[in-house]
Amino acid sequence: MMTKKHKFPGKKLLVLALAAVLAAGLSGCHGAKEQSAFSIPEEFDTSKNYEITFWAKNDTNKTQTEIYKKAISDFEALYPNITVDLRLYTDYGKIYNDVITNIATETTPNVCITYPDHIATYLTGNDTVVPLDDLMADESYGLGGSKLEFDSVKSDEIIPQFLEECSFAGHYYALPFMRSTEVCYVNKTYVEKLGYTLPETLTWDFVWEVSEKAMEQNADGTYKINGQNVLIPFIDKSTDNMMIEMLKQKNAGYSTDSGEIQLFNDTTTDLLYTIADHVKTGAFSTFKISSYPANFLNAGQCIFAIDSTAGATWMGTHAPLVDISSDALVDFETEVMTIPQFDPENPQMISQGPSVCVFNKKDSQEVLASWLFTQYLLTNEVQTAYSETEGYVPVTSKAQESDQYQDYLSREGEDNSTYYDVKIKASKTLLENVDHTFVTPVFNGSASLRDAAGQLIENVTKSVRRKQEIDADYIDQLYSDVTSLYHLDQISASETSGKADLGPLPVESKILLVSLGAVWFFILLYLLLEKRKSRK
Amino acid sequence: MKKRLVLLMALSLTFAFPGAVMAEENTTEETAEAASEEADVKSEGVMTHDEYLAAAVDDEVVIETYVQAKQSWWEDKATLYTQDKDGAYFIYNMPCSEEEYDKLVPGTKIKVTGYKAEWSGEIEVADVSSFEIEDGEYVAEPLDVTDLLGKDELIDHQNELVSFKGMTVEAAGQDADGNDVAYLYNYDGSGSEGDDLYFNVSLDGETYTFTVESYLCDKDSDVYKAVEALNIGDKIDMEGFLYWYEGVNPHITSVTAAE
Repeated sequence: MMTKKHKFPGKKLLVLALAAVLAAGLSGCHGAKEQSAFSIPEEFDTSKNYEITFWAKNDTNKTQTEIYKKAISDFEALYPNITVDLRLYTDYGKIYNDVITNIATETTPNVCITYPDHIATYLTGNDTVVPLDDLMADESYGLGGSKLEFDSVKSDEIIPQFLEECSFAGHYYALPFMRSTEVCYVNKTYVEKLGYTLPETLTWDFVWEVSEKAMEQNADGTYKINGQNVLIPFIDKSTDNMMIEMLKQKNAGYSTDSGEIQLFNDTTTDLLYTIADHVKTGAFSTFKISSYPANFLNAGQCIFAIDSTAGATWMGTHAPLVDISSDALVDFETEVMTIPQFDPENPQMISQGPSVCVFNKKDSQEVLASWLFTQYLLTNEVQTAYSETEGYVPVTSKAQESDQYQDYLSREGEDNSTYYDVKIKASKTLLENVDHTFVTPVFNGSASLRDAAGQLIENVTKSVRRKQEIDADYIDQLYSDVTSLYHLDQISASETSGKADLGPLPVESKILLVSLGAVWFFILLYLLLEKRKSRK
Repeated sequence: MKKRLVLLMALSLTFAFPGAVMAEENTTEETAEAASEEADVKSEGVMTHDEYLAAAVDDEVVIETYVQAKQSWWEDKATLYTQDKDGAYFIYNMPCSEEEYDKLVPGTKIKVTGYKAEWSGEIEVADVSSFEIEDGEYVAEPLDVTDLLGKDELIDHQNELVSFKGMTVEAAGQDADGNDVAYLYNYDGSGSEGDDLYFNVSLDGETYTFTVESYLCDKDSDVYKAVEALNIGDKIDMEGFLYWYEGVNPHITSVTAAE
């Protein structure tokens, strides 16, 4: 069974912990302060033992767990004085919450799977996350370094876009580990049964039109397309991504790089009205309200299921992972397509997937040990093995071009496990569209903004289902409620990214500094004159 | 003087405890008996359980019910297993302060206004707009539904406190060495101690997957440890709440050797 909705992350301590982290951050740093606590040792000390903790995320997938364990075992064989303790999570949010709790108690992990949005919050603490720029460039222990015990990836062998996603506030704070995007898993059989042919690139208009057509019912209340009592033609797993991708495709505001919130705009309102129209007919719902798109798709109760490529093994009649009973499975052809677009000539989709960051510790040798393990996760063996567990792609050209990975891709559909066609098609969709992926700006508060974007769709969907009118007054109240719920009014562009370069000083500050300098000058001058006088 | 006082208090507590337990048992039995004899009288504007069941998903519902167990409290929201004499109500993410949450001991009567929702077959009250603690107490006795396993009628008892008798532990999966194991952390063994426990039990040739929900019963709870100590072939009795996820998925709260 998949992770359930009723599993939510964290403990009540989080609120206090976050407050403590923020307080520490505010009192201890001012924007451009550097992470000076860590400096790279000249030599890695192999005479001492180091125990590092690695908080990893898996997709409730046993194979991924085994790959992590093997990577650790292989790494420990190369570095016998390093022990890696694995702690497993199935949810990014829970990792985020636990890290924040542990920042307050100075018990962060050494190495952690994370999202850049989350790192921006971690950085509000003092010297929490190690900037990796110097480590990456280090001749001995950096990417491709001369003193490494393994065949490390070189800097230019990491896919540039994926690496850039880990750079913000002027530093690299993580390495990409895996990348995925969202795709639309389509019941092609039903689309054609409804009299349509799938276009080369899916559009929003097409998805809405087919979804509405599918709502036709028989006299007994069953749906004509599937003969069942249940049908939700279009379900989106992540409404956060849905809103973000729609706005990006429309070239509408979401946020600026510096953290100015632009989410609440006319385009957003128009999109919400459109979504409301299709909720009203029953043609659209969300994961949070109805359940996993995969469960509906596989039961023949959904036609367009948008979900991560990393969820591909759950999709389709012959999916290796299934949550519904076998007698509920329906036989159909699954097509994997890019998410719907407003401008099919210029497709855009989100880039997502786990990255890895290194937390700072008092012992620089311990940090170096952490960095060595982080780097090891980018070796070909780990990259290819992990990417094959789901619709991920390796983050290095070295792994992507390897014979092993190319062989894997070429065997699409050979079986319904390792070479499951839907999974490999999902990976190929991302590989073919890397240039069409994007990420949202990272700043302290960007994680909340992302949640808020999804909440707009969730609230509208719920409200329509509860027969509430969606009009201008409703939208105004919704924007106000969501702003308040996610404290978006407390995010200011000037507070973004704890260690951001704050740019030139304001005029007032310059005047103050010049005045202080002048005062000190006159004090010194006075003292000198007094000294001269006393000599005379 | 203080020492004497403490000693006296300790002694009085020692003597009082068994009496209290007995009194509590008596009270519980009496309450359960009384409740079973009388139908729940609902306040004005409050639905009966039948009316709740008849309400459509996304309808606003107003219920009076009794807390049976608390799953979690997070960001001022509580998730509860509740039940009245006629049936159960799973309440998801009900806004409540920590102080209020502490008052929600088993048996506490609450009035809740929210929306009926369904998620993968689980019927629940979500988006609660208000709740209040009322006078009254009812602690449900587990209903033996062993004979209903595999039958359509089982869903009529969704979310109720139930028991299963004389079931046999089956292999839940394999460990890294390929040996059969009696339970898994997460449904496929991808988790570790502290995650949900999944185990399989059979009756009359049919096998069912049961869960120890880690928020309801964490790794230090008796039931969590009891499941970790299970062996394939053990005959066990169980109690728990009849949760639903794409089919029956009981949240087990007690495991003992079959009587």
